[in-house]
Amino acid sequence: MPFFDTNVGTLILVGGQCLLVMVSVLASLAFIMYGERKVWGLLQLRRGPNVVGPFGILQSFADLLKHVFKEIIVPTQSDKVVFFLAPLISFVLALIAWVVVPFNEGWVISNINIGILYIFAVSSLEVYGVIMGGWASNSKYPFLGSLRSASQMISYEVSIGFIIIGVIISTGSLNLSEIVMAQKGDYGLLDWYWLPHLPMVFFFLVSALAETNRPPFDLPEAEAELVAGYQVEYTSTPYLLFMIGELSAVLLMTALMTILFFGGWLSPFPFIPDGFFWMLIKMLFIFFIFSLIKGLVPRFRYDQLMRLGWKVMLPGSLAWVVFVSFMAHYNLFNYARW
Amino acid sequence: MIQIYFFYFFAVITILSAVFVVFANNPVHSVLWLITSFFGVAGFFILLGAEFLALILMIVYVGALAVLFLFVVMMLNISFDGLRTGIVQYLPFGLLIGMLILAELLLALVPWDFKDRAFINIATPLDKSDSNSVALGKVIYTEYFFIFQSAGIILLIAMIGSIVLTLRKRPHVKRQNVISQIYRDPNDSIEVIDVKPGEGI
Repeated sequence: MPFFDTNVGTLILVGGQCLLVMVSVLASLAFIMYGERKVWGLLQLRRGPNVVGPFGILQSFADLLKHVFKEIIVPTQSDKVVFFLAPLISFVLALIAWVVVPFNEGWVISNINIGILYIFAVSSLEVYGVIMGGWASNSKYPFLGSLRSASQMISYEVSIGFIIIGVIISTGSLNLSEIVMAQKGDYGLLDWYWLPHLPMVFFFLVSALAETNRPPFDLPEAEAELVAGYQVEYTSTPYLLFMIGELSAVLLMTALMTILFFGGWLSPFPFIPDGFFWMLIKMLFIFFIFSLIKGLVPRFRYDQLMRLGWKVMLPGSLAWVVFVSFMAHYNLFNYARW
Repeated sequence: MIQIYFFYFFAVITILSAVFVVFANNPVHSVLWLITSFFGVAGFFILLGAEFLALILMIVYVGALAVLFLFVVMMLNISFDGLRTGIVQYLPFGLLIGMLILAELLLALVPWDFKDRAFINIATPLDKSDSNSVALGKVIYTEYFFIFQSAGIILLIAMIGSIVLTLRKRPHVKRQNVISQIYRDPNDSIEVIDVKPGEGI
């Protein structure tokens, strides 16, 4: 019996894979953060980070060290255990979702047949980090910020769910790898789901921005009103964990968007081979769009945000589910690929 | 038999956190322990091979319901000392209900058998080649379509009822007029002026 088929061998293998994905996600977050700040710099006619290392590329690591070596300040009236549990929860949840994300054919830690549901479950749990952080701080502004943030995340989760259901109906499977493989065809990028599900691409983009509390929907952190939302009382490493969790959730949304609508690791042209490279390029491009939106679009008002979520996104995506079901049932225009 | 160890792991988590739900001093902590308990139950579902149910439990109960619980409990202004006062008074009643539920559970251990008539109601084994979610979908939307839809309608009625109960017209409240905000023309509200340096407007 080969070593990697024994129990211990499997444990080591899976542990190694988890470690690899975790380290690569965390390392890429550092450079993604740098790239994002460069994009904002360009948009606002500034230079962006340019001091630490060549072109300022090590800026994120300098920030990391700064945060880690700061003093941790705990509010005296806070609920100590929940206070420190909250950043840990948002950090851990942001990382464990990567377990089911396929980066290439077979490059996935756990190829479970309900992968998309798992990601949805994990991202619906992410709201706990926010609520617990805001409540445990025992202060008015963090609490108000956490309430806003939580209701925003819950509202937009509903529409994300319906958008995902549309894609699931088209694929006939909840497995992320099968969702990607269903988009493989003779016409390259014309076979991907962005074409039959075109309105949902924009819906998903907006919902993903709102779900991850990114501008223009960063109302939980609206500086002018709420100081810094649920993170007001956090300093040093706990704050860093919140930030990493948030950024990792954004990166996860880009991965999800790539997989659902832009063919994952498939190459856009039939004559070029597929590969991990394509997944990376697409994720980076979507992240670039996220950064552009952060730099260009002014912040929404809170009632506008809620109206958009419940009166535009929800009915729109629900109607789209009905439409896709109709098209898939009568097998029109290649909507049903099973 | 690694499943056995996992079973005891989840069992200990579920029962301990259920105990803490009752004995936690702070209601918010109670809800957080309840969430841990849900996690343990989801673990049981996964051990049983019902991964779809496990994740639905996570999404519906942990991701949505418990968040609502948490909201409500956080908003209530509860004095924590007052919560413990009536404990002696309510203890006999609580014990009675606990004993009743325990008795019902123990009844399952009594030797029993299916009636002949019941056999036709037992679901026939499905095609094993389907995955869990596919098999569930096939059953729900064919065999049990009526029950599934009536459950949905009951929930809808409950929702409409709660909306009707809480909806009231308040006459002196200023509201946003969305249409007029959307159709507002920049030319009516902004004037662009080329100001010469040093002169002012």
